[in-house]
Amino acid sequence: MPRHLWVRTSLVVVVLALSLWYLYPPRQNINLGLDLQGGIHLVLGVEADKYVAGQTERAAEDLKGGLERKGVAVKRVAREGLSAVVVELASPATWNDALTVAAEFGSFEVTQRDDKAGRFTLAMRERQVAQLRDDAVRQAVETIRNRVDQFGVAEPTITRQGEDRILIQLPGVQDPDRAKALIGKTALLEFRLLDEQTPVEQALAGKLPETSEILYQRRVDKETQTERKVPYVVQKRTLLTGAELTRAEVQADPNSPGNWQVAIEFTATGARIFGEITEQNVGRHLAIILDGNLYSAPRINERIPGGRAVITGQFTVEEARDLAIVLRAGALPAPVTILEERTVGPSLGADSIRQGMIAIIGSALAVLLFMMVYYRLSGLIADVALVLNLVILLACMAAFGATLTLPGIAGIALTIGMAVDTNVLIFERIREELRVGKTPRAAIEAGFHRALRTIIDTHLTVMVTAAILYNFGTGPVKGFAVSLFVGLGASLFTAYFFTRLVFDLLYMGRRKVAAVSI
Amino acid sequence: MMQLFRSPNYNFIGRRRLAYAVSAIVLIVCLGSLAVRGLRYDIDFTGGTLVQVRFEQPPTVAAIRAGLARIQLGESIIQEFGDPHEYIIRTPLTSASSEELTKRVTAALGQESALGKFEIRRVEFVGPQVGRELQLQALYAVAFGMAGILLYVAWAFKSLKGGVAAIAAVIHDVLVCLGALSLAGREFSLPVLAALLTIIGYSVNDTIVAYDRLRENRGKFVPRGKTFAEQMNDAINQTLSRTVLTALTTFFAAGVLLFFGGKTLEDFAFVLFIGVVTGTYSTIYIAGSLIVDWTERVENRVARRKKAVAKA
Repeated sequence: MPRHLWVRTSLVVVVLALSLWYLYPPRQNINLGLDLQGGIHLVLGVEADKYVAGQTERAAEDLKGGLERKGVAVKRVAREGLSAVVVELASPATWNDALTVAAEFGSFEVTQRDDKAGRFTLAMRERQVAQLRDDAVRQAVETIRNRVDQFGVAEPTITRQGEDRILIQLPGVQDPDRAKALIGKTALLEFRLLDEQTPVEQALAGKLPETSEILYQRRVDKETQTERKVPYVVQKRTLLTGAELTRAEVQADPNSPGNWQVAIEFTATGARIFGEITEQNVGRHLAIILDGNLYSAPRINERIPGGRAVITGQFTVEEARDLAIVLRAGALPAPVTILEERTVGPSLGADSIRQGMIAIIGSALAVLLFMMVYYRLSGLIADVALVLNLVILLACMAAFGATLTLPGIAGIALTIGMAVDTNVLIFERIREELRVGKTPRAAIEAGFHRALRTIIDTHLTVMVTAAILYNFGTGPVKGFAVSLFVGLGASLFTAYFFTRLVFDLLYMGRRKVAAVSI
Repeated sequence: MMQLFRSPNYNFIGRRRLAYAVSAIVLIVCLGSLAVRGLRYDIDFTGGTLVQVRFEQPPTVAAIRAGLARIQLGESIIQEFGDPHEYIIRTPLTSASSEELTKRVTAALGQESALGKFEIRRVEFVGPQVGRELQLQALYAVAFGMAGILLYVAWAFKSLKGGVAAIAAVIHDVLVCLGALSLAGREFSLPVLAALLTIIGYSVNDTIVAYDRLRENRGKFVPRGKTFAEQMNDAINQTLSRTVLTALTTFFAAGVLLFFGGKTLEDFAFVLFIGVVTGTYSTIYIAGSLIVDWTERVENRVARRKKAVAKA
């Protein structure tokens, strides 16, 4: 056998061996899409603006504190719009002191000033705003990943998509509502004091100080399943948040049998702050608030050292477990909204894979049979090439960790079509050359040679379309594009390179070829 | 050896005027349907919620509607999906979030005693923003896909005319497929978009095979006494057995998907099914014919000018 045949044969053997190695065992190596195995696909939008606003709010608080420490009396320090802080001084005389304090806030710059009125505006720098937005999304991704990990989902996908979106795919999740609640919960835990100066009735009538707000506690009557909302007047100032938390565990609620509670433990800093709060506010009520809902507001009887607390609220064991998970994983930096959701039940996934697969395998078998009948030995070679094409295609998908979806299977079907087309092109060409009276060897040579340009042209154009599809498509369209693109690449290798090699091995080694089985 | 055609020599290009008339009628019907009946978009593009429910006992649409009316969703689109046990409920965008909506739908259907046991098999929610973006993306994908093809054909065949004629064929095929969707009352969804792009690929693939043969023939020998139309016709005839074989196998495969592939693949397969036919037709009677008319026009103009020069 001539040397070039050896080289080509080894190449095919290496590719086949590599493919099989990547592919084996196929059940574990091929990722099935959510449409095939069931699960949840979610696209969440992070409301990064709210994070920026929150951070600005905090800066305003800090600035106010800083001004007061410096002895600058202020009329008003408040956030304005998304990322600006307005400062109104009590007297313009303290102007210079105020600006010195403001200069310490490096991420802000003074944009408007009115020396006479003693009023200026600080705006957050553009770069800082962009940075904060980015932080918000990145943190949200991290937090959600933590939560999902603790929830226990095999092979979840959690990735950032575009500027402020998060794509989440949870294969095989049985209870989608629970998973969504777990992921979407902001889980901002706050400790604030009740405003005991303002009676609830008065507050509901709209008369309440600017520093307080009304929050509700949900109470469910276990027997009638009716929900009641109890209003409380709560101070707006947050004393401590869940950020200072180290542990959260589920316990049975000793005071109300059948209900569960979550015991939390603070970090050293958190414990110190908690100690101070409880020490300074003995006799008052401390409200425990999660995402704007008040859970409980126990009376502080004495200073609580050690930084332990309990959240009660008529939880079932599942609710308590999920609450503990979100508290441990931390709060989302900003609220998220569901922009897109696709949930496929596992039974539907199984049905659609079965039906689609049967149809595709059926039509593939028919095409294989047709090729053998129409082109005889050459058709058989094309069939082997086709199977090889499938093996390489699936192996590539396994190697890249690509996901096989239903549209992906359709893409494979199309690939098969084009691979068959390639062989039909070549074989028709060889027949044509034979009709002109060429010898079998010359006809094979010319057939392959002449068809090559066409094959490359057709493959490249469709690959160009597949690449564009991949770039502009989402989800299902992407899956289709991936399998089409990879499949066409494999088709060039198998339908041309491989069949050519087999023809060469069969006919080129011999001195005389009487006929080609085509 | 089995053979479809021995050495075919049909006069395809010669009958192109008739084909233009046929194409014009088909396009008018398609465009008319698109204008009058319009194209129904799936929630992928409009935004909204889709819930697929499987009932233990085949329900009536009226019972489902009665159940949904309890939560003011009586106006939802309710369709049987694949078999009498399975239904799809589409609700337009509401202010309620998807999880809330699913819960409410489940509760409302549960209260309707005539419905019996059921299972929620699929929930899809597409927000208005995402829907609009997908619409744009679809448009971009088609537009850029065509631009890519135009550039590639123009470059590979060193012929802008070829590129434009190929794209004209592609546009023809897309319009026919969309018109067929509209006529059949099927929905334009993401898988349908994928199928449409596949057809674009298929159609141009077919066109390239014919162009390639033309280019090869013209490169091999200077065709004596043959008009451009005859050369194109030869190229089409020479590649005819391949065209028919491939079209038949693809048509067959799409047909199997359409009739046996299940409801999920049905619209996808429908577009492929129509597209294979129009893609094959458009190679001869749009891409092939247009380039012939265009080239002959240019040649005539050149000839007339030469005559004028000779007379003077």
